[in-house]
Amino acid sequence: MQNAIPPLLQLRGISLRFGGVAALANISFDVQEHEVRAIIGPNGAGKSSMLNVINGIYCPQEGEIVFNGEKRTRMSTRMAAAAGFARTFQNIALFQGMTVLENVVAGRNLKFKASLLEQAVWFGRARREEAAQREKAEEVIEFMELERYRKKVVSQLPYGLQKRVELARALAAEPRILLLDEPMAGMNAEEKREMCRFILNSNRRDGTTIILIEHDMSVVMDISDRIVVLDYGRKIADGQPKCVRDNDEVIRAYLGRSERVG
Amino acid sequence: MFYRLSGQFRTSYYEDNRLIGEKLERTVFIATMLVASIAIPLVASPYLLSAVLIPFLIFSLAALGLNILTGFAGQVSFGSAAFMAIGAFASFNLLLRVPAIPSLLAFLLGGMCASAIGVLFGLPSLRIRGFYLAASTLATQFFIVWCLSKVGWFTNYAASGVITVQHVAPLGFALDNHVSKYLFVLVVVTTLTVVASNLMRSNIGRSWMSIRDMDVAAEVIGINPLYAKLTAFAVSAFYCGIAGALYSYAYVSTVEPDGFSLDLSFKILFMIIIGGLGSILGSFIGAAFIVLLPIWLNVFFSAMEHFSGLKAPSGITSNVELIIFGGIIIVFLVVEPHGLARLWQRAKEKLQIWPLSH
Ligand SMILES: Nc1ncnc2c1ncn2[C@@H]1O[C@H](COP(=O)(O)OP(=O)(O)O)[C@@H](O)[C@H]1O
Ligand SMILES: [Mg+2]
Repeated sequence: MQNAIPPLLQLRGISLRFGGVAALANISFDVQEHEVRAIIGPNGAGKSSMLNVINGIYCPQEGEIVFNGEKRTRMSTRMAAAAGFARTFQNIALFQGMTVLENVVAGRNLKFKASLLEQAVWFGRARREEAAQREKAEEVIEFMELERYRKKVVSQLPYGLQKRVELARALAAEPRILLLDEPMAGMNAEEKREMCRFILNSNRRDGTTIILIEHDMSVVMDISDRIVVLDYGRKIADGQPKCVRDNDEVIRAYLGRSERVG
Repeated sequence: MFYRLSGQFRTSYYEDNRLIGEKLERTVFIATMLVASIAIPLVASPYLLSAVLIPFLIFSLAALGLNILTGFAGQVSFGSAAFMAIGAFASFNLLLRVPAIPSLLAFLLGGMCASAIGVLFGLPSLRIRGFYLAASTLATQFFIVWCLSKVGWFTNYAASGVITVQHVAPLGFALDNHVSKYLFVLVVVTTLTVVASNLMRSNIGRSWMSIRDMDVAAEVIGINPLYAKLTAFAVSAFYCGIAGALYSYAYVSTVEPDGFSLDLSFKILFMIIIGGLGSILGSFIGAAFIVLLPIWLNVFFSAMEHFSGLKAPSGITSNVELIIFGGIIIVFLVVEPHGLARLWQRAKEKLQIWPLSH
């Protein structure tokens, strides 16, 4: 099957160094459209760096990225956004002084076309656009069950809700690929279940391709189609959950840090 | 504001996107505008108009300009007075040198000159931030004032460096008495305040705030920091430029470049710190505070002199003023960085749910 359909995203020989530290060493993997692709590995393995390479925050020293058939050696963050990448961050990166609604509508900023002058006089296109985009944003807010908080300033919300708002902001862009960096970190079981539901819903309903970093193995095994395992910047396994779970090197990498896989 | 709450639902996003959402707040706004435009011109004394209300409105506009840049877009600036100077001197030279130019157009172009130079001096913000950006705006402030006083052409070679502005009649409305000056300033400031509110509820306003709050995330969702920062500099400088033109044509009439010194920039910065960073209303509250404080202090000291016979040492008002500013600013920076506007908002929220507490 994999040979029949070309992958949506391919990473080839990506190497990223910070001074002497090799955060990523010659990593290659691909992502099929509509799949949930997990990246796992111990802390400092290079998972976040991988996402940063994918959407252009970091520029790798070697390697290339093929997205949708186009080859790029580097991609700016804004180009990535325009190409349909959206993401959340390991440490919440919301606009803390803005309301939930403003954050979510900001997620759709690329869909706004009105000029500065039209916005200044709140006329014609500016006014229509604001109402139309607001409506789309409200759909996401409803989907994420954030209606009660829409006019709340983000900094006043608890951590778990902020994580949800960040996912809402990413979803609002109607992304083709969603990069999620530990979206469930620090949540309790109930909150994790809800988050899983939102993520899977978006994947199944809108066909969003998802690249997910997550530490909770039961969650990862449950929701991902394929998993890449990183350790010290190297790829040590890649495949379906059950293959990864039984991989010797993966077990060793995790056991060395007294964590069980599966 | 008290009894809005339940019962008043909005039926469309058009409605909820409205400038002033609450019915009662709209009423209050309309009442304020009626008082400001009809009652005040009828009853206010020339002193109240020329020494309190006109400077209050003009400084509110300058503060709003700085607030757009600093409070909303997060770029610190010590150069607001310099942009006022550009607005003032550009308008002066346009009216002087372009035959038959309508004065409104001259003011508009004056604001646009400030805007263009604002963009130029905003370029460093793409590479530097925080303290270093502040230092570069300080350099801007000194450079512009120095330029205006050293190059004689700008002041039409006035020997003293002081210019007396032309008499103007924007749209046939002669600015030759306090009432007409006041009304003209009121119209301009109201219009630009509405424009600022429109920008803040639009995509550009959200771009500014997102750059302020988290610039990496802003780029990741597709916001262009170059465009966001430079438009903030442009719009901010435009507002300050218009404020400068009003300052010279509707308030003082004789101006010199040194009148737009760093002191004035600081005053405007104090207004937004006290009034509230990132709040349109706060710009007005801060300006009112800073315009009124010296007046109150004067009243206080002369009353004291009158009743106790003690003569306050000369110059004490301005010194006490500085001490009070200093104290208040420290308090606000430490305790309530969102200024008086946030205190007002909290009081309002309390009143909305009064007498029920949550
Ligand atoms: N901006 C950076 N500067 C220097 N080193 C970095 C930077 N980002 C990541 N690293 C290093 O790269 C390695 C991988 O980090 P990261 O990708 O955050 O790991 P993970 O997300 O898997 O925990 C770590 O050794 C980290 O210290
Ligand atoms: Mg990480």
